[in-house]
This record gives sequence, structure tokens and C-alpha cells, in this order.
Amino acid sequence: MRNGLLFASPFLFGFGAFFLYPLVASVYYSFCHYNVIQPPMWIGLENFRELFTRDAVFWKSLYNTLYYTVFSVPLGLAVSIGLALLLNQKVRGMAAYRTVFFLPTIVPMVASAVLWLWVLNPESGLLNETLRQFLRVDGPGWLADEHWAKPSLILMSLWATGGAMVIFLAGLADVPASLYEVAAIDGAGRWAKFRNITLPMLTPTILFNLVMGLIGAFQYFTQVYVMTGGKGGPVDSTMFYALYLYRNSFHYLRMGYASAMAWMLFLLILAATVAVLVSSRRWVYYHGD
Amino acid sequence: MTKRTRRNLAHVPLLAASLLFIAPFLWMLSTSLKHESGIFAKPGEPPQWIPVTERTDDQGRRLITYQARAGVDLGPDESGRHALSIDGKTVVAWPEDFEIQQRIGLHWANYVRAFEMIDFVANLRNTLFICVSVVLASVLSCSLVAYSFSRIPWKGRDAIFIIVLATMMLPYQVTLIPLFAAYSRLGWVGTFKPLILPALFGTPFYIFLIRQFFKGVPEDLSAAARIDGCSEFGIYWRIVMPLSKPVLATTALFVFLFEWGDFLNPLIYLQDERQYTLAIALQQFQSQHENAWGPLMAMSSVITAPIIALFFFTQKTFIQGITLTGLKG
Repeated sequence: MRNGLLFASPFLFGFGAFFLYPLVASVYYSFCHYNVIQPPMWIGLENFRELFTRDAVFWKSLYNTLYYTVFSVPLGLAVSIGLALLLNQKVRGMAAYRTVFFLPTIVPMVASAVLWLWVLNPESGLLNETLRQFLRVDGPGWLADEHWAKPSLILMSLWATGGAMVIFLAGLADVPASLYEVAAIDGAGRWAKFRNITLPMLTPTILFNLVMGLIGAFQYFTQVYVMTGGKGGPVDSTMFYALYLYRNSFHYLRMGYASAMAWMLFLLILAATVAVLVSSRRWVYYHGD
Repeated sequence: MTKRTRRNLAHVPLLAASLLFIAPFLWMLSTSLKHESGIFAKPGEPPQWIPVTERTDDQGRRLITYQARAGVDLGPDESGRHALSIDGKTVVAWPEDFEIQQRIGLHWANYVRAFEMIDFVANLRNTLFICVSVVLASVLSCSLVAYSFSRIPWKGRDAIFIIVLATMMLPYQVTLIPLFAAYSRLGWVGTFKPLILPALFGTPFYIFLIRQFFKGVPEDLSAAARIDGCSEFGIYWRIVMPLSKPVLATTALFVFLFEWGDFLNPLIYLQDERQYTLAIALQQFQSQHENAWGPLMAMSSVITAPIIALFFFTQKTFIQGITLTGLKG
């Protein structure tokens, strides 16, 4: 017992200092006017009232975040499953292909954000130059155009789905080959095998990647901070929830207001996760249970 | 269709997808090695992938074309106009009025400019200092805690372990503000302390990862050592740790990668340019020189290259680690 607590003591102390204390303080600040310089001043529910009734940017940031999540997460799953299926064949050079698909996920986010700013540059970027060369069309202004800014970020997120792909690849390796053999005897084609064997067997992995993807998408920050200079433009079209929270805390020094936002974000993530987990009973198939 | 042709056909979609994924990297590298005149698109011309650089004479002076005549650039005066030597005569002209002659070749000047524009050596030193400190602190603290949660039975252990896992559910935004306020009261904002010290107290995710591995180390080894009079710390340090090198390597690798590219924490806590990490330096550089694409891509390449190199040497550790977190969860 003594040794157990001794070995665990770094965490036990850290739990108090970096989790429990901030948790309690954050609840308190969310009911306060607080700018770090002066002590917090109790204002009751005022922060929440302002969020819900008077702050149009808050609603805009919520809309932007949901828009991004609704498109980037399912599309990301589709792309990563597609890549994993392509990789799950006995072809030479598989490790090299896997490396290529995986690399974008380990590049420092600031570097990939700067790189994509350049790829998406309306006049001289790779994307629009290629569109001009092959399709003879002028591409949109991408990040400079308020209607294309979010799709640009979604497109960029699809480039970095290698982490999910590796997990799907491991999931595919766990599908018993005997199932495919039986299906082949029954005369099942490729699509039938995918639809009736691969996909159901992958559902636990899909659930895991879906939950991780949702949590990540709700907290989307670094790329959009770098790519819009922290402003969320044009016309707030890329003002995401975490970015607006950051601006409230560190630009406007409205720490109490930002704490209220943080708790709303927590509830949102919790609700989404619970909803997915509850629904998963209907669509996740656990082989052998 | 024979089996062999079908196998070769499988390469077609793989190659196409690979091209899509790798094109941005090649574009970054190509831009970083291009002279400015090759970076910006000329109307009606395809994207230029092959780098171009300036033509110079044997004294290293740039060759130019001015009013359809070839000459040498003697350099700018205070007003920004350049003195040009053409057919033995000297002419003065604005940079936009003459053209710089080009040849195919690598334009390293972007890298030189990038290094001059930021305090590269200091930024690299800061990044490495933070990365190495956090890696050492994390491996040590997380393995100690994981040892307690996997190999020492104590009352309430499993309940507390559930709490360890539960802390991962909370978005970082909730604790961010009170921690910032606390560090600011301690006078730690503007130092490396908020970036390094928390690592001494364990990170739930890595505690979980290492614990999974520790559970697989045979209990008999510990029992035998205990009979020989080995202390609990001795068992941890001399038996379990050496047997757990794979998971410790995975942890070290993941922590290093995260710290190398971390943005939010250094953004909040570092205020002086000399303290910046490479990631922050790149972002600052980008926000101040939005159109300096050559140096920007040079800088991005410099930050990315070590990570790619590291990946090539540690691929197996990497993939194993990712799979472990995804499937054994």
C-alpha cells in the first residue's frame, strides 16, 4: 500500500494541481467577470446569458464548428477506410505507400498549415494552377472566399487522416480470412464481401475513430489559427469555437466568459459522444461476443 | 486477366493516391528552392515544379536583361535603384524595370534568408531543450505511475485508475484558463516552466499505454527478485523498465513529436522572441511576411525534415504504438 501510493504520487499530486484545482476554479470563473489582472468578480449567470442571447459570434462559431465536424469527420472516415482497403492487398512496396499516406499526420501542424496556405493560394497556389492547366477553369479564392474557406479546411483535414488509416489497417488484419473464403464459395462478389463482411467487422474500429474524430473536430484550433492569423476570417467564416474561446481569453482577456464557453464545449462533446455510443448498439457488430 | 496483371493493376490507384498525398510536400520543397520569379504563376503557364535560380557571372554578380540587352547587376543604392552595367556603360534602374536571368538550379538563398529572418539557432535550441526535458520527465513519471497501477496491489487502485482515464475526457480548454491564471500569479508566464514542469506528474494517456505493457511482464520475475531482497524501486528500475523498452520508446517518440510541433502552449506562455520554439517562430514569421513564400517554404521544410527522418528510422515503433492505442483501448 505504501509503495503503491509512493509510486503513484506524481500523478496523485498532479491530479490535484493540474486537474482538480483548475476544474473547480474553472466552474467558479465561469460565473465571474475575470481578466487575470484583477481578482474575479461574481456576476452569477451573466456570462451564460450573454453567450446565448447577445453574442452572435458565439452562434456563428458554433455553426462553423458543427459544419466542419459534420463534413470532415465522415469524409475523413471514408478516406481513411478507402486508403486502408487499398493498402490491405498483397502488393509489393506496401510499406512505402503506407509511409506516404501516414506522413501528413506527423508533420508539425504549423508547417502543414503554412504549406496549405501556399497550396491554396488563389493566384499562384498548386491547386488553382493545376485546375487552370488541366480543367481550364479558374479555381475559387479558397481561404480568401467566405464560402470556400470552410471547405478548404475540410479538404486539408482529409490529407491528414493517416492515423485513422493505420488503425483501420490493423482492424482489417483482424478480419478472419475464413469469412471471405465461405463468402467466395457462396459466390459473393467484391462489393458483397465488402458490404457484408468487411464493413460489419470494421464497425468497432469505426466507432473508435468516429469518437476520436468528433472530439478532435470540436476542438479544431491550430491550423485555423495559423491560416487566418488568429482572426477567423473572412467575415468570421472560419471563426471556430476553440478559436473564439482563445480570442476571448487571450485577446479580450475575458477569462470568465471563456470559461463559460469551455464548459459549454465540454457539454457539447459529452452529448455528441454519448449520442454516438448509444446509437452504436444498433450499428456496431462485436464478432465473437 | 491473370493473377499477376491484377496484382500490378492494384498499383494504379495506390500510385494515384500517393501522388495526391505527396504533391503538397514536393510543392513545398520545390518552392523552397525556387527563385522568386519562378514562384509566382505567369498567366497561362502550368505550375512550375523544377526550381530555377539566378544566373551569375564568375564574380557572383547577377546577370540581368534591361531593355532587351544583357548586363550585370552591380547592386542597389540607398533609394532602392540598381546600378546596371550594360556593354561597359552603367545605367540606373528600378528593380521592376529589368529582368533577372534564370537557369534551372537550386536557389538556396531562400534558406539563407529564412535563417537570417528568425533567430534560428536560439529557436532550435529552445525546441530541443523543451522536447528533451519533457520526454525524460514523461517517461520517468508515467512509468512510475503505471508501475503502481499495474504491479503493486493497493486499496482503491482500480477506482483511481478509472479516474486517470476519465481525466482524458475533459477538453483542455476547461483547465487552460485556471492554469494560465495560476502560472501568471507564480510569475511563470514567459518562462519554460509551464511547458516542462507538468510532465513531471504524468500524462494519463501515456500512463495508460505503459500500464498495458507492464501488465504483460511476468509476475514471477518480480517475485524472484523480492526473495533476493530487491526493493520495489529496484524491481521497477532493474527488471521491469529494461524489459519494457518498446513501450518506453513509443512513449518517448510520441511525446517528442507532440512537443516538436506543439503550438498552443508555447503560443500562450512564451512571449520573448528569443524564447520561441521553431513552430512559434514559423507562425510569427508567416504573419509578418505573408508573401515570402520561398523563405516560408524553406522554413517549413527545415521543421518538417527532422520529423520525416525520425519517422523513417522508427517506423516500426510508430505503427505499433498507434495500433496499440487504437485496438487495445
